[in-house]
Amino acid sequence: MFRKTLPVIAVLIVLSVIMAACGGVETVTVVETVIVEKEVPAAAVETEIFDRVLARGKVVCGGRTDLTGFGYLDADGNNIGFDIDLCRAVAAAVFGDPNAIEVVPLTAADRGPSLQTAEVDLLSRNVTWTASRDSQWGNFTTVMFYDGQGFMISKASGITSTDEFDGATVCVTTGTTTEQNLADFFRQNGMTYEAVSFEETAAVYSAYEEGRCDITTSDKSQLASVRSGFAAPDDHIILDITISKEPLTPAVPHGDDVWFDIVKMVMYGLVNAEELGVTQANVEEMKSSENINTLRLLGQEGDWGYTDLGLDATALAQAISAVGNYGEIYNRYMGPEGIAFTLPRGPNDLWSNGGLIYAPPVK
Amino acid sequence: MAATEVVQETKRPPQPPGLLKWIRDNLFSSWGNTLLTIVLLPITVFILFSSIRWMFVGADWRVVTQFPLLYTVGQYPRDEIWRVGIGLSLIIFMLGASWGKWGGLLRSISIAFSIVFGVFALLPVQHPELDLGMRLYLGANVLLILVGYWIGRIQYLKGGHIVIGWSITPILAILFLSGFENSSTLPAVGTTLWGGLLVTFLLAAGGIVLSFPIGIALALGRRSSLPVVSAFSTIFIEAIRGVPLITILFMFSIILALFLPSESRIDRLVRSLMAVTFFSAAYSAENVRGGLQAVPHGQIEAAKAVGMSNFQTMLFITMPQALRAVLPAIVGQFISLFKDTTLVVIVGINDFLGIGRSIINSDPEFMQLQVEVYLFIAVVYWIFCYLMSLASRRLEAAMGVSSRL
Amino acid sequence: MTTNQSSIQHKSDIPFYRDERVLQIIAQVVSAVLIIGAVIWAIMNFLKAAEARGMTLTLGFLKEAAGFPISNPPIDYDPSMSFGRAFLVGLVNTLRVSVFGVIGATILGTLLALARLSTNWLLSRIALAYIEFHRNIPLLVLLFIWYFTVFAKLPKVQESIAWPGPVYVNLRGFYITWPRLTETSQPFVISIGIGILLAIIVYVILRRRREIAGKETHYSRISLGIVMIFPLIGWFLCTGSPLWLDVPILEGFNFRGGLRFTPEFAALFVGLTMYTAAFIAEVVRAGIQAVDRGQVEAARAVGLSTGQVLSLVVMPQALRVIIPPMISQYLNLTKNSSLALAVGFQEVFSVGKITINQAGRAVPVFALVMVTYLTMSLLTSFVLNLYNRRIQFVMR
Repeated sequence: MFRKTLPVIAVLIVLSVIMAACGGVETVTVVETVIVEKEVPAAAVETEIFDRVLARGKVVCGGRTDLTGFGYLDADGNNIGFDIDLCRAVAAAVFGDPNAIEVVPLTAADRGPSLQTAEVDLLSRNVTWTASRDSQWGNFTTVMFYDGQGFMISKASGITSTDEFDGATVCVTTGTTTEQNLADFFRQNGMTYEAVSFEETAAVYSAYEEGRCDITTSDKSQLASVRSGFAAPDDHIILDITISKEPLTPAVPHGDDVWFDIVKMVMYGLVNAEELGVTQANVEEMKSSENINTLRLLGQEGDWGYTDLGLDATALAQAISAVGNYGEIYNRYMGPEGIAFTLPRGPNDLWSNGGLIYAPPVK
Repeated sequence: MAATEVVQETKRPPQPPGLLKWIRDNLFSSWGNTLLTIVLLPITVFILFSSIRWMFVGADWRVVTQFPLLYTVGQYPRDEIWRVGIGLSLIIFMLGASWGKWGGLLRSISIAFSIVFGVFALLPVQHPELDLGMRLYLGANVLLILVGYWIGRIQYLKGGHIVIGWSITPILAILFLSGFENSSTLPAVGTTLWGGLLVTFLLAAGGIVLSFPIGIALALGRRSSLPVVSAFSTIFIEAIRGVPLITILFMFSIILALFLPSESRIDRLVRSLMAVTFFSAAYSAENVRGGLQAVPHGQIEAAKAVGMSNFQTMLFITMPQALRAVLPAIVGQFISLFKDTTLVVIVGINDFLGIGRSIINSDPEFMQLQVEVYLFIAVVYWIFCYLMSLASRRLEAAMGVSSRL
Repeated sequence: MTTNQSSIQHKSDIPFYRDERVLQIIAQVVSAVLIIGAVIWAIMNFLKAAEARGMTLTLGFLKEAAGFPISNPPIDYDPSMSFGRAFLVGLVNTLRVSVFGVIGATILGTLLALARLSTNWLLSRIALAYIEFHRNIPLLVLLFIWYFTVFAKLPKVQESIAWPGPVYVNLRGFYITWPRLTETSQPFVISIGIGILLAIIVYVILRRRREIAGKETHYSRISLGIVMIFPLIGWFLCTGSPLWLDVPILEGFNFRGGLRFTPEFAALFVGLTMYTAAFIAEVVRAGIQAVDRGQVEAARAVGLSTGQVLSLVVMPQALRVIIPPMISQYLNLTKNSSLALAVGFQEVFSVGKITINQAGRAVPVFALVMVTYLTMSLLTSFVLNLYNRRIQFVMR
């Protein structure tokens, strides 16, 4: 038996030596690839992802099926939610069909790898935009939801402020910025805590609701969403403190600038539509609007760049007629009559209304 | 403990003795045994009684009964559900035909299927998803088995035809399920929408069918006299057996894409199937190798002496004996493969277990009904695994494996 | 197979394409080229992708601060420590649950096998029901059942179950009163060490002497005595008591002190142990049944007691059959511990997955995880195979 395992052990040792010497190996490869790169004409723009999307006839979105309001299933098993609608908007802009999407459910820990390996064309799964993720995972388009991390506690625990957190047990999702912010928060305040972490969001909140933890922490929108689903929502309080900035942003894989621009333009289009008062219902009649900006948005006048991107002139109009403008999407799920829960728009209101939502002009 | 009396399992006596004598012999044969029985009996009765009472009174089976389609096909579009039905019927028909041709174990399986379909077709309950159409469909499947049986009995239909049928039907069924791009009658249904038992069976059946030949090839490779081939086979087998399945699943679902050209994109379900297949192949290879080692060398020499080529010897002499010798181990491997398919939940595929979990998460009310969901899932897995081991035992008996080992 | 016949028929007039030796070499070269080619092709693809997407392939990041917490770490750890340290915590967790699991599963499995072979019909049936239940249900389902429907439903902290000891049980874990060493315990610890060492030496010497002289030397009793007496001596050598009792008390949100097992660990441990025990029971039963019945009868006839028959005649022979499949069960248990991430316990795979997400380096981390498991499996099977060989040799 040993004789048979010997070659395997030998391979192992070789492997570990290679891994240990990886620094050296890496520098060599870098030199090689630099040489290769010079042979490629610099002018050619890589459109790898966009070509693939066109060939497939579908946009593959990394999403989720377990977060009410953002990405979840309706009674018939269809994917719905704020993040899903953003994906549908892109599909509508490219193909004129909002249903030309395929939603790949991802766990929090799968988000990075699936973007790095370009398994998904668009990651729209409430991902926080951070500098390190931008450099390692892919390109982040534009912030579509301004969020911040908060804490939820049960009334029974008797906690009223974060000063009383010392020694508490906290339920948290692994592989998230939340997990890191939590560690930083407790360290800065000189308090100790015990973390109970799961990969599955549902498991985190189920453990919290059972009483496994005193506190649970996540983006405030998510906490609001989860609380609305609890058996007794009034027994839980979301503390009025925000410990981090969580700009939730759709992202695309590195290496395809055209696709990156297309997704950005669709996002800007949704925001501008709200600003210009173009809604799902009135998009056709707005095509003969007096406002020149509206005409440009809807592809009736001038070229906002759609030719360069290889889109129809009415691409943005298609997106708006498919899912509505930014405000409509928001209100569909989280507005006063939202089907998921109600969350005041706050920072997610238009800049003209005192919020942070702002998009470059379409022209 | 009375158990220390090491006794071979008692063979059943030829004539059943009286009940009293049986009780005395098996429950009260000695002081120790009597004491043991007196302690265990009330505990057993209590546990059995309270679990049965819970099943009928305490438990809330809504989480199971409300979602029969979700458990069987997952998110598969409800308008296209007939395609799953056709796929299933194709397989059912082939089962019936095989029963007609070969009988034996297939007979019991066919009858079991007919009974299950029949019972569901006539189930005296109101259920939105068990409408008239569904009942008719289930009933039609029973007929289909019988029609298959009748066709299988036709004289000029050879066993070869049925084997060909079996190799075509799965492909047909898969084509039906996945559909075609730009087709109006059979629009494409992405595998992200497949789920439930459908995915579990696809992974298990696909894994078994694909891993077995790979396993045989690896076993032959490892025993090969060619050092290169044998070294590669050994490294492959030992490397896969040395790591958990979940790491292999993770490798195929996340890392593999990096090692392929960027324009290629292998379907998520297929990647999981590949992982399960390679994992199972490495274990099958070791089982087959054990069987190959058990074949007496004289058999091979005799085959050579009558002028058979190496290939013929392998195909007609060595392999049949080797496979028969390790049949129990191979079936055991298939059972564990079937159970192992549950791990795809961790890479985000909604198999039977995954659907159960998403049902629990879909409604806060269901959060309290986790016991019911998991027990239901456990029972379903248990039934299929138990049937597989039962079938394996029957097969062993029929092939005379146990008498030879 | 294809060996050794070619030399007989080989003649110079056979064309090279029918010469088996030439064909073998060609086959080797072709397969080597194909396999190595495929590997190189994959690596080239990978390097291209890595370069295009700006991925780094070094393990240098292991020194960076991890930034994520690990619940109830077995060795000192906090989020400001490095990824390497976090990985080490995961490794210790894997080893911990595997070692506990192997011990537990062996004991439970052997008991089940004995119960299964009992002449008491009821006991034998209960054991059979247990075995059939666990063998036919996926481990992941069992783990979910244990964690989400048993350990997560334990009473809340304020309503803890108190068992004598005191032992407190609630949904934050099991808190057990546990003796711990004091600062002045050095002589005690040293004397335990000496005692164990001495006992082993005495055991070996006396046992050999009995084998040579054939006289009863009471080796097991004497060495057991040594093991018990030395700690007592050590206790008196200490200035104060060498041990103090760490009693868990409710303080703030949670209990503090005592030996603690989290529900996540408990679910994994119980699930793994009970699942593997069912397989071990079948292995042990097959081993015991493989012992010739005549052996048992002969041992009875020379007047050995039931216990002696089992420990001196049946078990030593059964072990020869039991050990090889037992090794693979132990390895299975170790590998199955990777399912821990489903119940929120952080071991190697789970820590690796978090690291991939936080540090972004999928390939190096993943290679590290694979190599860790492979090393663990190979080392375990190497050590156990040595033991196996010794047993097989002694018995023959």
